Amino acid sequence: MKKISVLLLLLVVSSAIHAQNVFTYKKLPSVNIKDMKGQPFSTDSITNNGKPIIVSFWATWCKPCVRELTTISDVYDDWVKETGVKLVAVSIDDSRSVPLVAPMINGKGWEYQVLLDPNSDFKRAMNVVTVPQTFLLNGKGEVVWQHTTFAEGDELELINLVRKLNRGEEIK
Amino acid sequence: MKKILPFITAGLLFASLIPLRGQAQDFLKNSEVHGSSQADAIYYLPDSKLGITDSSLAGRLIRMNGYTEVNYSLGDFTAGMRFEAYLPPLLGYDAQNEGLGVPYWYARYKTDFIDVTAGNFYEQFGYGMMLRTYQEWTLGFDNSLKGLRVKIMPAKGITLKGVYGVQRYYWDPYKDGNRGIVKGVDGDFYLNDIFTGMADSKLKVSLGGTFVSVFQKDATRDIVINGKIYEMKMPQNVANYGGRINLDFAGFSLYSEYAYKINDPSARNKYIYKNGNALFANLGYTRPGLGISVMTKWIDNMSYKSDRTITNNMLDINYLPAITKEHTYALASMYPYATQPNGEAGLSGTVTYHLKKNSKLGGKSGMSIAANFTQVNSIKRSPVNDSTAVGQPGTLGYTTTFFSVGNEVYYQEASIEVTKKFSKNWKGIFTYLYQTYNKFVAEGHTDNQDNSLIYSQIGIADVTWKIDAKHSLRCELQGLWTKQDKGNWAAALLEFTVAPHWFVTLQDQWNYGNQDHEMRLHYYNVSGGYNWNSTRVSLSYGRQREGVICVGGVCRYVPASSGFTLTLSTSF
Repeated sequence: MKKISVLLLLLVVSSAIHAQNVFTYKKLPSVNIKDMKGQPFSTDSITNNGKPIIVSFWATWCKPCVRELTTISDVYDDWVKETGVKLVAVSIDDSRSVPLVAPMINGKGWEYQVLLDPNSDFKRAMNVVTVPQTFLLNGKGEVVWQHTTFAEGDELELINLVRKLNRGEEIK
Repeated sequence: MKKILPFITAGLLFASLIPLRGQAQDFLKNSEVHGSSQADAIYYLPDSKLGITDSSLAGRLIRMNGYTEVNYSLGDFTAGMRFEAYLPPLLGYDAQNEGLGVPYWYARYKTDFIDVTAGNFYEQFGYGMMLRTYQEWTLGFDNSLKGLRVKIMPAKGITLKGVYGVQRYYWDPYKDGNRGIVKGVDGDFYLNDIFTGMADSKLKVSLGGTFVSVFQKDATRDIVINGKIYEMKMPQNVANYGGRINLDFAGFSLYSEYAYKINDPSARNKYIYKNGNALFANLGYTRPGLGISVMTKWIDNMSYKSDRTITNNMLDINYLPAITKEHTYALASMYPYATQPNGEAGLSGTVTYHLKKNSKLGGKSGMSIAANFTQVNSIKRSPVNDSTAVGQPGTLGYTTTFFSVGNEVYYQEASIEVTKKFSKNWKGIFTYLYQTYNKFVAEGHTDNQDNSLIYSQIGIADVTWKIDAKHSLRCELQGLWTKQDKGNWAAALLEFTVAPHWFVTLQDQWNYGNQDHEMRLHYYNVSGGYNWNSTRVSLSYGRQREGVICVGGVCRYVPASSGFTLTLSTSF
């Protein structure tokens, strides 16, 4: 009886999980953070008119993060023109380095929407372990892919996934 | 267990049949489960050169820190917990971490109007100078509050917060007033949302105010002064309050926060009865291609803990950010600075400039330059009267004037960093730093001695060659030159990556200038790893040099070690 019960239990739980896909972010959680002008910003209002969105967690002191955002910045204009994608860069700099965020964005000439998450509230809500971590959202706002760390060439995989989304293909 | 299982199964089977009826289907459809997990394990090896022997390892060769956090959400409701295990903790983490359990759990209900959390939570008021709870896994730091938090958003632009609870102290449960109870309220007002007339104004204004209080059951305490025991009366309630302002106008921004703390004798300030206060201000200017930031900070007697007897990093209620730059290159972070809560005066300026593409200096692909200067000194202290020494326990300690700057240098740094793209496939970051480091002050020794300043120059070249679309090779060469402490260092690193999955790194740090020829050691390390989406596995073998690791304002001492390290992290 016990064995059968355990088996049935596993079966029920796993089928429930698979059928409903509880591990997918169906939309971004609502976390109150701020934008670069000190204006309150709720993260569930990140939108892009039904086009894909890239949400990238970074910090000014994180070298791979800065490499990733610099690499993408070089091709960002082309990406936007081709696919309509939008990149939202969420800085997890705490009060020690948050004053350095604006100088870095302007000094590097980045054209992303930048949000400030100084006590990692949004980072925690997205279960990010280390930065950089990048999420890709489809036009409906569901997170379809996530990736941690950055190596040169990762940006090519990312834009290919955006193109896939625009073609209406599934990402697995 | 045997008896319960069939019931659970029956219940779940029943639940799984209900979806046909709609509501329960929504229940499952709207439920989400997410989480993260990390494990760091080290197999320590004896290393006679580093002075590590079989007996100093005491048989505890394998050590591991690990955690798993799981969060469940359904609509406006979330709940979660984190399981942690330190079996035993890695070297360099406090031995009191040893153990396993669930130190963090919460249930939360959040709408656009109200946000209530019961259990553990992380919170920050303003810049955190009066209250900040947070977690930094790599440092073994967690000062989360356990209790109740309520946030109300009564109108657009207004956030009111209240917190009530006790802080985490390793695995030690709260009982019988063994540490303080923390209470706090905070209001945040974004005027452009509150006053309709300001909605379209280019000037953006936020104001905020905070009041925090800690109660520690501790009416009197016996303090030893010059060999004699004195019974001293303690303030059982210690308040810390202040305000902040944030302005933004046409590229200019100003942020400032001021905090005032009533008398709070503690082990950290050697039991003096002085009030404390602190000011932080940042003035910034940005336009496309240019960013300037000037920061200043003045701190006097602002250590604020929920147990006055603690001297380490635990049970901090407030957060006093260091204004020094945070470095990640190995040799640039050899001498890291941490805020001195008992008093410091600091000034820092940063300029970032982007030279456009096809300009004379910018070349074909442009170039960006960042320059920084930071200085932190002591504050001026005078005796309260002729018969009392500065800082004498049981007295008012000393007097000082607001924004006074003392003569003792705690830290000084000038740096310039150039980021340049040479061609489609070659780019580099070149850094030069000049640092002055007050080892005795920064590492917590209060009795300053002669020659405690370490002057160092550091040069770093970090060049990346993109071989093709997937393969790249990165090389770091670093040098640190100093006549003090352990003398000169050289370091090299080679990192080969195959996007998006593989990486291999070889590195060596060589203390070639050590006065003691026996200690001219190589700290070599080989590591490799694999990334798959949000999962990362890496294995490394080599030596870890003794040093201080700092993240944010908190530092941790790490002893020298040698061995194999396995790291596994994932988020889902």
